[in-house]
Amino acid sequence: MFLINCPYCGERDQSEFVSGGEAHIARPKQPTELNDDQWAEYLFMRKNIKGIQFERWNHAHGCRKWFNVARDTSNDKIEKIYKMGEQPPKL
Amino acid sequence: MSKNLRINNKQFVDETRKLSFIFNGKKLYGYKGDTLASALLSNDIHLVGRSFKYHRPRGIMTSGSEEPNAILQIGNDDALTDPNVRATEIELYDGLICNSQNCWPSVKFDIGGINNFLSPLLPAGFYYKTFMWPASFWEKYEYFIRKSAGLGKSPTKQDPDMYDHRYMHCDILIVGGGVSGLIAAKIASDDNKKVLLLEDKELLGGSLIYDDNDISKIDNQKSSEWLKKLIENIKNDKNIIIKTRTSLAAYHNYNFLLARQNLTDHLSVNDRNNKIRQRLYKIRAKKVIISTGAIERPQVFHNNDRPGIMLASAVKKYIDYYGVRCGLENVIFTNNDSAYETALSLHKSGTKLNAIIDIRNNSSSEIVNKVKSLGIQIYWNHTVVNTKGYKRINKIIIMKLNDKGNDVVGKKIELNCDCLAISGGWTPMVHLFTQSGGKLKFDNKDNIFVPDKTNLNQLSIGSTKGDFELDDVLKNSIKDTKKFLQIENSNFDKIDVKCSKEKEKKNIWLLPSDKPLSKTKPFLDYQNDSTAKDIKLALREGFKSIEHVKRYTTTGMGTDQGKLANMHALGIVADTTNTNMGELGTTTFRPPYTPLTFGTIVGRNVGQFFDIFRKTPMHDWHVNNNAKFENVGQWKRAWYYPKDGESMHDAVQRESKAARESSGILDASTLGKIDIQGTDANEFLNRVYTNAWSKLQIGKCRYGLMLNEDGMVYDDGVTTKLGENHYLMTTTTGGAANVMSKLEDYLQTEWPELDVFLTSVTDHYATASVCGPNAKKIINKIFKDLDLSDESFPHMSFKEVRLGNINCRIMRISFTGELSYEINVEASYGKYIWEKCIEAGKEFNITPYGTETMHLLRAEKGFIIVGQDTDGTMTPVDLQMDWIISKRKYDFIGKRSLYRSDTIREDRKQLVGLLTDDPNEILEEGAQIVKDENKKPVNMLGHVTSSYFSPTLKKSIALAVLKEGKKLKGQKLLVPMIDKTIKVTVSDTVFLDKENERING
Ligand SMILES: [Zn+2]
Repeated sequence: MFLINCPYCGERDQSEFVSGGEAHIARPKQPTELNDDQWAEYLFMRKNIKGIQFERWNHAHGCRKWFNVARDTSNDKIEKIYKMGEQPPKL
Repeated sequence: MSKNLRINNKQFVDETRKLSFIFNGKKLYGYKGDTLASALLSNDIHLVGRSFKYHRPRGIMTSGSEEPNAILQIGNDDALTDPNVRATEIELYDGLICNSQNCWPSVKFDIGGINNFLSPLLPAGFYYKTFMWPASFWEKYEYFIRKSAGLGKSPTKQDPDMYDHRYMHCDILIVGGGVSGLIAAKIASDDNKKVLLLEDKELLGGSLIYDDNDISKIDNQKSSEWLKKLIENIKNDKNIIIKTRTSLAAYHNYNFLLARQNLTDHLSVNDRNNKIRQRLYKIRAKKVIISTGAIERPQVFHNNDRPGIMLASAVKKYIDYYGVRCGLENVIFTNNDSAYETALSLHKSGTKLNAIIDIRNNSSSEIVNKVKSLGIQIYWNHTVVNTKGYKRINKIIIMKLNDKGNDVVGKKIELNCDCLAISGGWTPMVHLFTQSGGKLKFDNKDNIFVPDKTNLNQLSIGSTKGDFELDDVLKNSIKDTKKFLQIENSNFDKIDVKCSKEKEKKNIWLLPSDKPLSKTKPFLDYQNDSTAKDIKLALREGFKSIEHVKRYTTTGMGTDQGKLANMHALGIVADTTNTNMGELGTTTFRPPYTPLTFGTIVGRNVGQFFDIFRKTPMHDWHVNNNAKFENVGQWKRAWYYPKDGESMHDAVQRESKAARESSGILDASTLGKIDIQGTDANEFLNRVYTNAWSKLQIGKCRYGLMLNEDGMVYDDGVTTKLGENHYLMTTTTGGAANVMSKLEDYLQTEWPELDVFLTSVTDHYATASVCGPNAKKIINKIFKDLDLSDESFPHMSFKEVRLGNINCRIMRISFTGELSYEINVEASYGKYIWEKCIEAGKEFNITPYGTETMHLLRAEKGFIIVGQDTDGTMTPVDLQMDWIISKRKYDFIGKRSLYRSDTIREDRKQLVGLLTDDPNEILEEGAQIVKDENKKPVNMLGHVTSSYFSPTLKKSIALAVLKEGKKLKGQKLLVPMIDKTIKVTVSDTVFLDKENERING
């Protein structure tokens, strides 16, 4: 039960949020140009690392906004929170 | 109380308030302030239970939550009885009824005790090795194991007690109200911090509050006197909230903690009425200070488990706090100085102390010198090699240790002893620290694990940190707390502490006996009967990891979670394998620290509050008209409306016939509704649905199918174009929230350039759907001015009309295949419009129908239900819905996946219809479909997804997903059931009205 500092609402309990998996996987602009392997790379392949992971989170029971979180998966420590469209921080 | 076991003690026990209680059917007395354990001891009762495996007699051993033996069943009411209650923790109240557990037929004569004599046959892993095979014998084993094992009995009736949850926030949470916690609280409060102080006992002060020796002094006062003043000060401190009888259950990440407060368990049963029994606090603390103290260790020697063998600190507490002597022939057996405090307490209370056995060669600290000066016999460098007395210890046998401490030498000495106070040193209670993710380090000097690294804003102080002597405890607590809170000065800075200092240390994890180890029973885990022998056996059999050794021997797996046993188990493993204890690590301490009742965990979320449910505005009408309900997501939906004792089948047949022959009405309010606005709304629909939306005109409706990016069907529904840039999307009832968040996700993260706004309006509107050949006449009666001609109001179109003040959105759309109108009104008018339809439809026998009939009607038409006929593995092509996939659109969610090598396979499972050869045979949903049931293994081709008896077609119909189903039309297949095999023929998915004529009435 960690605390997440929503960039729009402030610090709230984790139970107000849902996780949306790995961040910075942009939907291809021209899916029809991709072969099966390239499409599968977008569709299925996700990292599962021990350490700092960049994730999408949604304040589902609050402002409903999506944003990015850099979280250390080994201890759930949140290193950085930044908005959609922003570049991942260097950590 | 025939023996003189009570000592006058006015401080903590109120001897003017005599309380009666019943133990194993016998009426006994104690006083207000007693625990059940101290009251039993004052009645000379040590034997309270039997051990788990060997059923050996076991007595009260401790005075706290680490108690392994005195586990009782409290109460004899089927609803209120509580198993596994520690007698050392429960406060005595008048009328308390308790019974021993784990003994059959009685604590004094226990049949399982025969296991004790069979114990050579019951080594570690015995249960694993023996009861594994043959499997068919398990039932026989189980009968005996359950009868003779088992810890207490659960209540059989619903818990009538009330439980509560509360959130709390604080700057500093202090866990443990002993001296170090109290000092920390005061320092934090003086710095204007909001402090929450938790103490699991009824009184603050920890063990120092009843300390009665003359050696320890704080600021030249008796330490307990000094502490009493501090407590008074803290009780009047407005910055400090104190919760007593409150134990911390769990310490989670981000300083989120759960604590349980006992509010009524100490009251007599009559005084508990209408009071909350326990409260669970959910605490968010900016900083946490753990001052939970330390637990004394036993010593491990042959027959160290007899009733009357107790921790030395417990013997001291029973005298100094409760005024109870645990025996009249006391002996102390120790490896450290702290047990000499017990010696002084025994002496001061005039209780006979026969001798002290100390495994050390000598000690010359102030406290030991004082004991020596009292003329008490001390046997240095000696150990207990055996004890005697079956139901109560009566003698001990001691011998001298050799130089290495691994064997005994010389002559046996026998001493009278009815209470053996043992001390093997102290173990810091680091459970909470490790629960929170903290890492421990091993301290070789005291053989303890102490807190080391943590990611959280927390501090461990006092004996939790490994400080055991009063001056260290106080001075380090002050210093560490100041640093933790970044405070320069405190009112404790000039504190003056005097105490005895221990100089000699010696520790032997497994004490030697004159007998070989195989002939002895040195217990580690008293509850689970694991001995040092078992640990050695596990090591011989190849178990190396401490976690494996623990499970194989069940050491530390009782209700006490090995609070006493763990360190010795580790020590013996380390000694046997020649490993450093620090490298072995510890087993994992998991929450809860002490057991929680289920009632506390669920709080008020019981019965109708267990889960929230949603009702439509017409709900009361359904209830009044005898509807049966089904849960769809959180919604209560009318399922069917039985009349005059109709069965479900009969009701559904009647309802669906009425809908086809005249008219039916369905409450469709639960469908998800999303209001979509913005200049790019049309483009947005093109991207989220598989079909084309560009040419949809205002006032028209269109069915859409939504996929996941993997090409699998996700949701479906009708969307209506209300205005140029305004749409109303409907979703399935169960999928509403997910669709909303999925669309929001794409809008915010993939297509932020689109000018589109989504609003969930599911709850804002109520929907009455009127269908059947007479639907038009009924709508006409209500909306007299509305032109219902097919030219003006065709199928898949929409009109906005007013009925008095009520704005009505009417969609002519159909999920039944019948002519059908859906009237949407603001939710508050829902019941009104529903009753209006019922009234207008009376002459046409308008029949309310529920979800079951809706499912039947749509199945006759072959319409899918997402989630019933699909399961996240079906593409639109699998569903034979190729027609809904736009060929022209460049992209939509899931499009690329529709021609992955896997999705274009022709042998995928596809949606088909099934007709049974016997038209009266109704298939079971979920039943498997096969071609040949004799060839093993039987090849499963698919399964039935929807199945009904159609009253209109007068035969059974079903939908199914079937491997290569499209090619199998007309084929005969089999559906094997447990008692028969049903023959079926693959058919089209549309069973009724293939030409779609009914839709026009
Ligand atoms: Zn927010």
